[in-house]
Amino acid sequence: MALKKIILDEHETICHEGETVLEALLRDNVDIPFSCKQGACQSCMVRSLDVPPPAHAQKGLKDVLCKQNHFLACLCYPEQDMSITLGHQPEYFTEGTVIAKELLNPETVLLTIQCKDALDYYAGQFVNLKRADGLIRSYSISNSRRHAEKLSFHIRRLAGGKFSEWVHQELNVGDTISVSDPQGLCYYLPDKMEQSLLLIGTGSGLAPLAGIIHEALEHGHTGEIHLYHGSRDVDGLYWIDEMRELAEKYENFHYTPCVSRGDAPEGVAQGRANDVAMANIPDLKGWRVYLCGHPDMVNQAKRMAYLNGASLQDIYSDAFHVASPTLD
Amino acid sequence: MSEATPNQSLFEQIGGEAAVNAAVDIFYRKVLADHRINRFFDNVDMEQQAAKQKAFLTMAFGGPNNYTGADMRNAHARLVKMGLDDSHFDAVMEHLGGTLKELNVPDNLIEQVASIAESTRNDVLGR
Ligand SMILES: Cc1cc2nc3c(=O)[nH]c(=O)nc-3n(C[C@H](O)[C@H](O)[C@H](O)COP(=O)(O)OP(=O)(O)OC[C@H]3O[C@@H](n4cnc5c(N)ncnc54)[C@H](O)[C@@H]3O)c2cc1C
Ligand code: HEM
Ligand code: FES
Repeated sequence: MALKKIILDEHETICHEGETVLEALLRDNVDIPFSCKQGACQSCMVRSLDVPPPAHAQKGLKDVLCKQNHFLACLCYPEQDMSITLGHQPEYFTEGTVIAKELLNPETVLLTIQCKDALDYYAGQFVNLKRADGLIRSYSISNSRRHAEKLSFHIRRLAGGKFSEWVHQELNVGDTISVSDPQGLCYYLPDKMEQSLLLIGTGSGLAPLAGIIHEALEHGHTGEIHLYHGSRDVDGLYWIDEMRELAEKYENFHYTPCVSRGDAPEGVAQGRANDVAMANIPDLKGWRVYLCGHPDMVNQAKRMAYLNGASLQDIYSDAFHVASPTLD
Repeated sequence: MSEATPNQSLFEQIGGEAAVNAAVDIFYRKVLADHRINRFFDNVDMEQQAAKQKAFLTMAFGGPNNYTGADMRNAHARLVKMGLDDSHFDAVMEHLGGTLKELNVPDNLIEQVASIAESTRNDVLGR
């Protein structure tokens, strides 16, 4: 078995056993957009022109896209030869203009973008931002749906990171940037208003959670809402005062900042956010759980939440996967 | 559980796909919480793993599936290399029975499920 032919336009690429379509195309120097290589950002979406793609390569895609044989190249281990197309990507970009940029903490910037067209999104979803040269990265929307034309993002600077360093150092108010259709399945819907919510985020993982919390409170969510925001040290946290104020204003909203290294100052819990949360709330039966940020935290917390009684369909997560540097 | 009629298959008597969905949540949690066997379930994506548990339960409930003995061998070969043996198989059987009991499945049906699962023992253990 092993070798599968991937035909793209006139070009033929051989996909080896254990290799994804994305890996094969990149090895052949085909210019295909990608970012996370984990099936999260959907920037590597392509379409099969002949055979239906394997179901595992359509994880998280909308039904209509699945039916049209779209799939994620980074998830696809082909089961047979395939003809594919990169063109006519369904992803739709609108033009955005940066209208505000401020530091939330030394490593995270709050970026506000005014979009030409209002975007239809659910609080907690993310978009792909595209630089003029085509570099794409995913960022979560941090505001609720009230401002469908104005989107804010929390962008954490990674040393040597192509996109985040550029945002921090070069992108200015007044500059334009392309903004994709919102995507992702980690979002809040105002159903089951009495369900308790547990939200755990690390670093800029607070962004989607903040959007979800505001959305829930604006809809009058009646269940308890518990937020745990973690970082290594206090410098990596932000919006501490804002979240505390929100907790004073809404009786059902509770906020616990956490630091995993060193001593925690007064009012901040010591320990990793997911450990602190699970110790405080040992029984999650019936809860809805949102997990965003570092992939290790997300995976561990997912398992813990499930073992503590949350059912799998009530666990929503966005792991902020960073493309593996070795393949760049 | 639906009323048993003579013509219904085991799968239908247990409650079909709805029963599988109810069982998967309970069963997979038992398996993941069991220190005797949960190391076999590390390093796999939870959603994907839950889907595989669904395949497992559908098969054990006598439902539609295309698995052959060779498929069972292949699916578990990696685990056999990690040391999968009868004691682990017994633990899974225990959780299967426990799950069905929690769902109030009648004993005679549980026995039939157990014997289907038992019939795969040699293939799963690669013998
Ligand atoms: C669904 C989703 C939502 C996300 N939401 C957010 C969000 O809200 N906020 C946020 O801040 N991030 C978010 N991310 C992460 C974000 O998309 C980017 O991955 C992140 O900002 C890093 O991009 P970059 O271009 O700056 O880094 P990259 O250039 O992609 O580099 C990644 C890392 O690899 C290192 N590296 C790169 N090249 C090399 C090399 N040759 N040798 C050694 N090391 C190297 C870099 O130093 C860096 O640490 C999200 C990701 C996903 C998948
Ligand atoms: C009781 C008899 C068993 C049956 C009928 C059974 C059935 C199955 C089925 C149908 C799959 C999915 C295969 C696929 O589509 O890829 C599977 C996968 C799996 N099974 Fe079993 N199984 C049994 C016993 C066990 C035991 C005893 C263990 C370990 C303690 C185990 C661990 C696993 C794991 C970890 C996978 C996922 C493998 C992977 O993704 O690599 N199973 N099993
Ligand atoms: S979904 Fe394939 S690269 Fe992100």
